[in-house]
Amino acid sequence: MIIGLFNDWVVVVLMMIGLYIVIAHGNLIKKIVGLAIFQTSVFILYISMANVEGGSAPILAEGIKQFSNPLPHVLILTAIVVGVATTALGLALVVRIKEAYGSIEEEDIQHLDNKTQDETEIQATEGDQS
Amino acid sequence: MISHLPILQVIVPLMAAPICLLLKRSQLVWLFSLFASAIAFIISVLLLQQVMTSGVISYELGGWEAPWGIEYRIDKLNAFLLLIISAISTVVLIAAQTSIEKEIPKEKHTLFYILYLLSLTGMLGIVSTGDAFNVFVFLEISSLSAYALIALGQDRRALWASYQYLIMGTIGATFILIGIGLMYQMTGTLNMQDLSQRLPEVAQTRTVFTAFAFVIVGVCLKLALFPLHLWLPNAYAYAPSIVTAFFAATATKVAIYLLIRFTFTVFGLSFSFTTLPLQGLFLLLGLTGIFVASSAAIYQNNVKHVFAYSSIAQVGYIIVGLSTSTITGLTATLLHLFNHALMKSAIFLALGAVVYRLGNVQLSSFNGLGRQMPLTMAAIVIGGLSLIGVPLTVGFVSKWYLLTALLEKGWWPVAILILLGSLLAVIYVWRIVEAAYFKKPLADSVPVKEAPLFFLIPIWLLITANIYFGIDTRLSLQVASAAAQSLFGVSP
Amino acid sequence: MKDLFAVVMLLGIYSLLSASFFVAMDAVDVAFTEAAVGAGISTLLMLVVITMTGRSEKTTRHKPWLALLVVVFTGGVLIYGTFDMPYFGIADAPIHSHVAPRYINESMKEIGIPNIVTSVLASYRAFDTFGEVVVIFTAGIGVMALLSVGRRPEEDEKTTAINDSMHEEYLVIRIVTKMLIPFILLYALYVQFHGDFGPGGGFQAGVIFAAAIILYTMLFGLTTARKVINQSFIQFIAAAGVLLYGCVGIVSMLNGANFFDYNVLASDPVAGQHLGILLIEWGVGCTVASVMIMIFFNFAGRREMQQNNEKVNNIEGDSL
Repeated sequence: MIIGLFNDWVVVVLMMIGLYIVIAHGNLIKKIVGLAIFQTSVFILYISMANVEGGSAPILAEGIKQFSNPLPHVLILTAIVVGVATTALGLALVVRIKEAYGSIEEEDIQHLDNKTQDETEIQATEGDQS
Repeated sequence: MISHLPILQVIVPLMAAPICLLLKRSQLVWLFSLFASAIAFIISVLLLQQVMTSGVISYELGGWEAPWGIEYRIDKLNAFLLLIISAISTVVLIAAQTSIEKEIPKEKHTLFYILYLLSLTGMLGIVSTGDAFNVFVFLEISSLSAYALIALGQDRRALWASYQYLIMGTIGATFILIGIGLMYQMTGTLNMQDLSQRLPEVAQTRTVFTAFAFVIVGVCLKLALFPLHLWLPNAYAYAPSIVTAFFAATATKVAIYLLIRFTFTVFGLSFSFTTLPLQGLFLLLGLTGIFVASSAAIYQNNVKHVFAYSSIAQVGYIIVGLSTSTITGLTATLLHLFNHALMKSAIFLALGAVVYRLGNVQLSSFNGLGRQMPLTMAAIVIGGLSLIGVPLTVGFVSKWYLLTALLEKGWWPVAILILLGSLLAVIYVWRIVEAAYFKKPLADSVPVKEAPLFFLIPIWLLITANIYFGIDTRLSLQVASAAAQSLFGVSP
Repeated sequence: MKDLFAVVMLLGIYSLLSASFFVAMDAVDVAFTEAAVGAGISTLLMLVVITMTGRSEKTTRHKPWLALLVVVFTGGVLIYGTFDMPYFGIADAPIHSHVAPRYINESMKEIGIPNIVTSVLASYRAFDTFGEVVVIFTAGIGVMALLSVGRRPEEDEKTTAINDSMHEEYLVIRIVTKMLIPFILLYALYVQFHGDFGPGGGFQAGVIFAAAIILYTMLFGLTTARKVINQSFIQFIAAAGVLLYGCVGIVSMLNGANFFDYNVLASDPVAGQHLGILLIEWGVGCTVASVMIMIFFNFAGRREMQQNNEKVNNIEGDSL
């Protein structure tokens, strides 16, 4: 059992490292790095389930009978593309956030937001009184 | 051509998007997107008609039969959803040109419409497909365009909201991907119909439980079900008004559709609600969601925030309806999907009109607005009444069915809680009414005119629908209950 | 690890390692893509972003306990789920016995190309791949909506001068790259056409093609590259790729079959499949290459704008 499932356990550990980085780190680029690790580990999960003992790459050729399952390969090709699309868009947002807030740390941004929130509320109450 | 309707539903807005990039001129692009969206709407009407008369339509893409190729499978449930999405999208687009003129820089207008169409494509694709992995692909199309659309908001907080949404959304989508992978591993298929037949054999394995948990959590992240709702209020509040009106009415609906599809069709009713404690969990989360979000709505000063929190509360009602797992409960849920889409798109469009005239939606700027923008404010009030559930509006109909379903089950304490939740809605709607009609305008404020015609037409179209479907419930009720019955396997 | 540069490089290495794992698992197509995209393009984009946002991370870490709790819980559920999984590499697991055998046994007869992954990708599940192209297109449009900057021609003159003087320093690299680029482009074409027989296809070819252009841009400056490849031309190609792919489907629909049914494209079904796959691979290649270039240009253009602004600010500061 240990050998049969060892691969899956390693994948789970990798995924969780990625997820931990996403949640625990305040730096926006690091969060995206975490997401990338998380997604890549899912790819490994799919690819390892496609594997067949003694099989070969799914390209038909003379004298080969046993092939790996091609379907997960196709799915993951799509998922890789989706992953890079998300990364690109996320990074574009980070660039804009840096320009708008001058920081890419979650705490600083939240702090700045709270300040603007307070200011508008103060203005609002002043407006009411007048 | 009739037999190709299911695929045309998705392909029309999809192909329109790259064509928009070639057209370039924003006026032209607007008309073209409106045209594409209207065609999608007509197709969805035809599809619904066809499904209601002759049952499920299956369309094999590439001509490969089901588990090997990808299948589009339109039954009553998704035909209903397709109609909601494409109708709202078309109506909202009417106001788009006027609204984004003030909110988005000129050179980005074309890109805005392309993203809007792609987002529409994504949602229609999720709803029509019968293949689990295809759901993931189209989910990403709609989410990526949603992140970009939200980030187009004027306020810098839009960027931060969009980033948070991107992180949460991607985690959600990856969870769904894991869930689909595990299901595939246990059954060897990706087709939903095939999955539902092959899953019962392996239903008692721990892997299938895990797959179920991951799919549900992933969908609930997209759904903004309490306590996974944190991304929603800011995303709705700072996005361009048109985007908010469109998403508030459709995005969460699509997530709810996925939830229903996976729990009822793929995993099966008995597995989802009997083997697993999903019923209790949904009831608890739904009720907490109603109360937490409605109370939060009362304390907001940004009116868009108020209605964003109210959206989370409405998701709560929908989930409570689902948790009854009876035909009446599901009918109530589906009715509320439809009704909520009508009221929220009307309200957010009206708020868009306020932004157009005033530049913001702080509660204090609403003072005295009842006299300056009577038609817009009247729309917000009727929409608000509908949210509360006053008779003669659509809100009343769905609440009525929800209460009936709860009483049928004998869950009268829950029914009382739901009524109390509506009282909270009275409070947050009243604050806006009070500001608009009973307070004097601020001393330094500039008097404003009524909203332009391109706003008033779609707003009042939606408001009329709000009242019409509140009085004449035959159409919506017939479809909703037929869809609910077919999900339970009862032939009407 | 506080240095983001190191973090990004490690991520690149992780991608490369998983690509080699994919090779070991016989997933050559996936490995190819992961190496090109994960280790190549996304690492590159991250490096560009780091030059704009600073490369060090602040030390504070918020909510580590909550995060740990979530992670341990999710991981626990997943581990729990693994216990009933079929073991690794077993040939009679359900995954290998239900849908997949048809692809392996029949695809030669039905599609007529040896690479099964390409047959599934481009024909059996062509619609997923179409979705994938649209995802990439969406990302390109999204990045453009976020980062595009209006360009003023008079500024171009100045930056060209600066770029020219800067790049004379790297003379050796420039010459070597100039020699390499034609080969990279040729290789991209080879990958594009060889996808039927070996690992490769439109997607990988598109990324390699884009890599060549990006390399050129990095060494010769954005302005020079923009002279070679005009922005609206790239946009046109990106849209045309999606349209080409979709039109293949529409043509088969007009011929009376279902969307993406290539059998009707030619008199002989297998020839039709060949034609269909060839065309859609071109669609994929065009869109992917142009969107990748578009994304890179937008990032680099934004960076240039920031630097120019800084320079202007500095000059103003000095004169005060």
